[in-house]
Amino acid sequence: MIKAFSKSGFNTLNNDFMSQWFVRISTTVKAIMLPIVGIAFFLGLWTIAANNIDTSLGQFPGPKAVGTQIVNLYQEHVDSREKEQAFYQRQELRNAERLKKDPNYPAKIRDYTGKETFLDQIITSLVTVMSGFLLAVIIAIPLGISVGLNKSLNLAINPIIQVFKPVSPLAWLPLVTMVVSAVYTSDAPMFDKSFINSMITVTLCCVWPMVINTAIGVSSINQDWLNVSSVLRLPSLVHVRKIILPASIPAIFTGMRLSLGIAWMVLIAAEMLAQNPGLGKFVWDEFQNGSSQSLSRIMTAVFVIGFIGFLLDRAMLKIQRFVSWDKTTVNR
Amino acid sequence: MSTLLNISKIDMVFPTPNGDFTALKEVDLQIKKGEFISLIGHSGCGKSTVLNIVAGIHQATKGGVLLNNKEVLEPGPERAVVFQNHSLLPWLTAYQNVELAVDQVFKKTFTAPERKEWIEHNLKLVHMEHAMHKRPDEISGGMKQRVGIARALAMKPEVLLMDEPFGALDALTRAHMQDSLMDIQEELNNTVIMITHDVDEAVLLSDRIIMMTNGPAATIGEVLEVDLPRPRDRLSLAQDVEYNRLRSAVLTFLYEKQRKVEPLNHGQKKQQNAPTNKKVDVA
Repeated sequence: MIKAFSKSGFNTLNNDFMSQWFVRISTTVKAIMLPIVGIAFFLGLWTIAANNIDTSLGQFPGPKAVGTQIVNLYQEHVDSREKEQAFYQRQELRNAERLKKDPNYPAKIRDYTGKETFLDQIITSLVTVMSGFLLAVIIAIPLGISVGLNKSLNLAINPIIQVFKPVSPLAWLPLVTMVVSAVYTSDAPMFDKSFINSMITVTLCCVWPMVINTAIGVSSINQDWLNVSSVLRLPSLVHVRKIILPASIPAIFTGMRLSLGIAWMVLIAAEMLAQNPGLGKFVWDEFQNGSSQSLSRIMTAVFVIGFIGFLLDRAMLKIQRFVSWDKTTVNR
Repeated sequence: MSTLLNISKIDMVFPTPNGDFTALKEVDLQIKKGEFISLIGHSGCGKSTVLNIVAGIHQATKGGVLLNNKEVLEPGPERAVVFQNHSLLPWLTAYQNVELAVDQVFKKTFTAPERKEWIEHNLKLVHMEHAMHKRPDEISGGMKQRVGIARALAMKPEVLLMDEPFGALDALTRAHMQDSLMDIQEELNNTVIMITHDVDEAVLLSDRIIMMTNGPAATIGEVLEVDLPRPRDRLSLAQDVEYNRLRSAVLTFLYEKQRKVEPLNHGQKKQQNAPTNKKVDVA
């Protein structure tokens, strides 16, 4: 009786152990396998669809065409850089020779004016989106905090925010372009006008979600924390720095992530529309170019745009995890 | 001894869309230095409102509060508050939470090393030295409340205000915290006003128990002097005749004289209020 009992006890224990391991292994396998299955399924479907779509620019690009283009685009970049170097080297040689003959010759170096490569366009877009985003942070967070702290200011500003929030920043683009070309005039401009245009467009779409989320975060701070601050008689600046700002960090980051996502989408569209350098221009140029390779190059750009958007969001998440005290809001 | 804190005939009226609501009516109470006062009463009787007025978070509609003969017009560290749900700042460690208070209150009077020592001293006082550098979400409810008390004590308040400080804790932790508080009180002899729901807590800790009538227009119903010798020990007190007399006095007040009639099925049930217990003069 006792023996039987203990034996069965051992068995259940063993079974428990086994089943625990089984669960653990199967979750790991699932975590790795299911995305792979999903991707494989997608690639298959894409290949079949691509094979069956014929356009005036040739067949729709499948995974293989995109793979080839990734290599091509990279090679073009390397080639272009070599060309550039050779160009400058030639000039230096020529200048040196001229100087030998005539020591008074004023040596000149002309800038390389080759076409931007795909990699250059990626970097331009990234720099633009980050600059516009940072400008928006500088404007929106102080504004959001003031609006959140001051009910009268909130009532005064809220209608304006509500009206401008749903406006696509692309509608602003012509106005921005005209204003920038009228106002931003200097003989040696630090930035290109096109860069300023794109950046301001990005800023315009980032500001609203950031202001709204910051204001909500600030105005919904736990009353107890505010009481702590008033019992301590914290001066207003210390109050903002030590209580308001840290308390609303989770809400501020929600706004920042939201607007960075929108900004990246809007920037590509703005670059297409205004022919400002960047990934959008790359897509539009390829479309206008209309070669047999165009579609596969555009498809490559689509993936790169998506991947960068994903990385931007991950980066924001990482920063939020590092900065925010509220770890629960981070694990979306 | 003279009066340290004078709560002088305060009324509190809240304007509502359906007309004014009188929460407090002629609450009058004088507190001496070093006294431990408990405010007890059913929920909704305005205990917290009294405390908030003393803290300066609310302003009384009529009457006022005098601390050392100076009127209380705004919150300040000389009337430190221990809030019901600890209200520690979650992004700061226990140490930093106390530091925020100490840096603000003693910026001019203490040097940096003195402040550090003072912060650590207060955390030791509440037995939190082992978890000084943990954040609120890493420590238990009782520990959070300890840090909240340390923060309030570190301001060297003239009056310590506690709003149901142990209300959210389980019974064992609560008993433990009460003992700690008695030890601290033995050492520092602070003037304390504590709100509580707990009859045993009130009798165990207080020098005087202020029993409040039910609202609206709540006021002080009865005042009970607790003359039990200190230090008090909860185990031996359980057998003590005087302790049990005081305890039943509070219970009688709460459950006979001020029996709270909750409107259950019979919405029109009688609501018996203040008139039977006219305010007792306290001074």
